Amino acid sequence: MNQQTLNGILIDDQTELSLDDLCKACSSSTEWIIELVEEGALEPVGYVQTEWRFSGNNLQRARTAMRLQRDLDINLAGVALALDLLDEIEKLSSRLSQYEINDDSL
Amino acid sequence: MDYKDYYKIMGVEKDASQDEIKRAYRKLARKYHPDVSKEADAETRFKEVGEAYEALKDPEKRAAYDQLGANWKAGQDFNPPPNWDAGFEFSGGGNAGGHASDYSDFFEALFGRGFGSGPAGQQQGGYSARGEDHHAKVLIDLEDAYQGATRSITLQAPELDSQGHVVTKQRTLNVKIPKGVKQGQRIRLTGQGSAGMGNAPAGDLYLEIEFKPHSIYRVDGHDVYLNLPVTPWEAALGATVKVPTPAGPVDLTIAKGTTTGGKLRLKARGIPGKPPGHLYVVPQITLPPADSDEAKALYRKMEQEMAYNPRSKLGV
Repeated sequence: MNQQTLNGILIDDQTELSLDDLCKACSSSTEWIIELVEEGALEPVGYVQTEWRFSGNNLQRARTAMRLQRDLDINLAGVALALDLLDEIEKLSSRLSQYEINDDSL
Repeated sequence: MDYKDYYKIMGVEKDASQDEIKRAYRKLARKYHPDVSKEADAETRFKEVGEAYEALKDPEKRAAYDQLGANWKAGQDFNPPPNWDAGFEFSGGGNAGGHASDYSDFFEALFGRGFGSGPAGQQQGGYSARGEDHHAKVLIDLEDAYQGATRSITLQAPELDSQGHVVTKQRTLNVKIPKGVKQGQRIRLTGQGSAGMGNAPAGDLYLEIEFKPHSIYRVDGHDVYLNLPVTPWEAALGATVKVPTPAGPVDLTIAKGTTTGGKLRLKARGIPGKPPGHLYVVPQITLPPADSDEAKALYRKMEQEMAYNPRSKLGV
């Protein structure tokens, strides 16, 4: 039992994670993250690897990428494509549900 | 413990080839993958399919499972017969993905817990002895994102005890949920992951925020949507009405001539942050029922005096 209240750090779009942070959070190798960047699935700020900074939502993408690759056995190009399509579906279904709200009143 | 019909779960015949089983698995895994599927029970189905494949893909396990006999029905109370696995050799191939705790009691009774604990964590670098980072989900109310909150969460994690057995350890943490969190964001709790080896620091714990479904609000990113029923006279003549928001009720002016299909933006009344989200109010014009003579008379009067044809543009 731990009765003390813990204060965490919120990982949001303003949070910057280093390559090392991201590797640790995903329990992955550096090479694996670099490959995801090369596929364009993760988009760090900064020109050289040592200066790469990832915004918080990259952590979510990397974790999803890891599960997709592990569970469905797809290569990284396929993972990158799936991530883009999932984003697209998310956008479309959020637009759709706005229309559905309006349709309720018809 | 319930008997599980792994062939039925995979949707294949009992004499299916290993290739057929693999194809069935691939298809079902894509369909029910929790990151892909929007179905509510996707995670459960995905685990079930994974377990079935784990048992059937390995010819040794499959043969052992098959010799339990064909007379078992899914869901039937099951206890493995004594020495049921005599004569079978298990080479102890690791189970891909997942943890020991992902498998059902049925699976573990047949194939043992040891199967799950093999390769877990192999993917990590292994260069440092820093403890592993852990991940867990925390369910919060939308209101918690507006005000911030303290949530007590109970986590269960498989750990190795001093004899090297996998045991499920339970611990409770009180965690501050900061104001302004959004669906899918994570809170990092430094040092709350696995213990490090030697003097190395412990790993971190990442908590993924998930909102409980709300009875009246819908959340999209940092914006919040509310359907607001209004009367025809409020919509036609304009009115000021009380509107709930997650931060407490406010007075909202409905402009005269408000129609279905629009939405009103309450600036910065969405989830707080920099910048804050907005609260969108979607007016829903509702008709009072014509359930009394007075009400009917009023509708009749409108019919006679308003000369309104909503179908004038339809050419009929």
